[in-house]
Amino acid sequence: MNEVSPAVLCVRDLHGWYGDSHVLHSVSFDVRPGQLVTLLGRNGAGKSTTLKAMMGLLDKRRGSILFRGKETIAAQANQIARQGLAYCPEDRGIFATLSVEENLRLPPKLREGGMGIDAIYRLFPNLKDRCKSGGTKLSGGEQQMLAIARILRTGADTLLLDEPTEGLAPVIVKQIGAVIRELKTLGYTILLVEQNIKFAAKVADQHYVLENGRVVEHIPHAAKADEVRAIANYLHA
Amino acid sequence: MHNILDTLYNLPIDAFMGQLMLGLINGAFYAMLSLGLALIFGMLNIVNFVHGAQYMLGAMMAWILLQTLGINYWASLLLAPLIVGAFGLLLERFVLRRVYALDPAYGLLLTFGIALLLEGSFRQKLGSSGQPYAIPAELRGGWDLGFMYMPTYRAWVLVASITICFAVWYVFERTRLGSYLRAATEKPQLVRAFGIDVSKMINLTYGLGVALAAVAGVLAAPIYQVSPLMGSNIIIVVFAVVVIGGLGSMSGAIVSGFLVGFVEGLTKVFYPAASSTVVFVLMACVLLVKPAGLFGRRA
Repeated sequence: MNEVSPAVLCVRDLHGWYGDSHVLHSVSFDVRPGQLVTLLGRNGAGKSTTLKAMMGLLDKRRGSILFRGKETIAAQANQIARQGLAYCPEDRGIFATLSVEENLRLPPKLREGGMGIDAIYRLFPNLKDRCKSGGTKLSGGEQQMLAIARILRTGADTLLLDEPTEGLAPVIVKQIGAVIRELKTLGYTILLVEQNIKFAAKVADQHYVLENGRVVEHIPHAAKADEVRAIANYLHA
Repeated sequence: MHNILDTLYNLPIDAFMGQLMLGLINGAFYAMLSLGLALIFGMLNIVNFVHGAQYMLGAMMAWILLQTLGINYWASLLLAPLIVGAFGLLLERFVLRRVYALDPAYGLLLTFGIALLLEGSFRQKLGSSGQPYAIPAELRGGWDLGFMYMPTYRAWVLVASITICFAVWYVFERTRLGSYLRAATEKPQLVRAFGIDVSKMINLTYGLGVALAAVAGVLAAPIYQVSPLMGSNIIIVVFAVVVIGGLGSMSGAIVSGFLVGFVEGLTKVFYPAASSTVVFVLMACVLLVKPAGLFGRRA
């Protein structure tokens, strides 16, 4: 890991609210270029909320989120997306009234360098066969593939992925793991929210552990098996 | 049953067809209006109670343009929707936008209040009786089809409304712009997170829905009287049409618009006394069998 390279995402003292309830209390972390960083934690720890806050989808947020050195804390969701940050939500966000292909083509191209439709179909061959089906007619695994696939077209190089393995069969989890590793070799910077520590440990460079809307632990070298085991024990305690 | 058959046998065919044609013409207006309502409800989640008044504004604008500036029907067909649509854009931007976060009842009451204001001010100025609007010279007369007499203007309204409905449906269901609209109807927040300015889309959708009501108003001006209350008479039926078609469904709004017009026409032939209630009976029946409406995706 190169400690001196500037962070793509630099989150400092991030607070977030759903309506009146204060759910994020000072979250801080960094994501460096080309790295895959995970946010771990139990249900309700604030992982998904952190991604939503970064995307500008919370009712209210405060603190600082630098994306490529630019402050985005006051920006609207659509402006943040246009700077090259892409978001794949926990519920996958597949549109029922759109076909698979329409879902795929929905996010507008934001910059050059996005994957072409052909390259996407090579990475996700299932989607090509089903391109005329309704988006939500796909299986859970295929919907997850679609949710990842459609943000690759936009040219965004920094991805926020919210629990891409949730509720999926082990064989599909394996496929998604392969896709995520492939994305890493292609140079994408990825912030991954995960509960599946085994999955996370295989793909991540660093972990941050959240609890009650705060970062409680940072594991800078995700490869250290004993630390990962400790986290696994903590999460399942 | 005996009575109905009697009526049918004794009815001259051209009177029967004439009633059906009247029903279809009404249906054309129901379809255009419920289409705009469905579009607006889908994007804004607001039941646009001012829709009838906006339809009235379209007709009224055509009448005013003619009276004050001598602007003819064809120019009004373009100008009136633009003016009324622009009013819609401002209304959404500065008024409606404030109630999205609140309970839907606020949107309903707000738009209902605006409808009362609009209708009240025109009634104050012009009285509640209607003003005639002449059929444009090119569309006067009609054809004798053998089984019925077909006034040219009514044929024009039918063709124009079907074309407009089909165009709106096509854009919504089959184009890229339409896929944005459908997506924003389903999950506006996520569409924002893809870099799309949903607020602007909502604004334009409202403007389009209002312009659609105004086009219907201009088309209606030579058929019905141009009166301040013409919208409030039709809008209740149109709401029933939207419910029958399925809230938020474009094709449902169009099909059930024509269907309701057709059924009303039939009822006028067989049992005229029920012709203004039949739509609500139809609504109740549809809701009993399909609570989400004929084309509704989910209850």
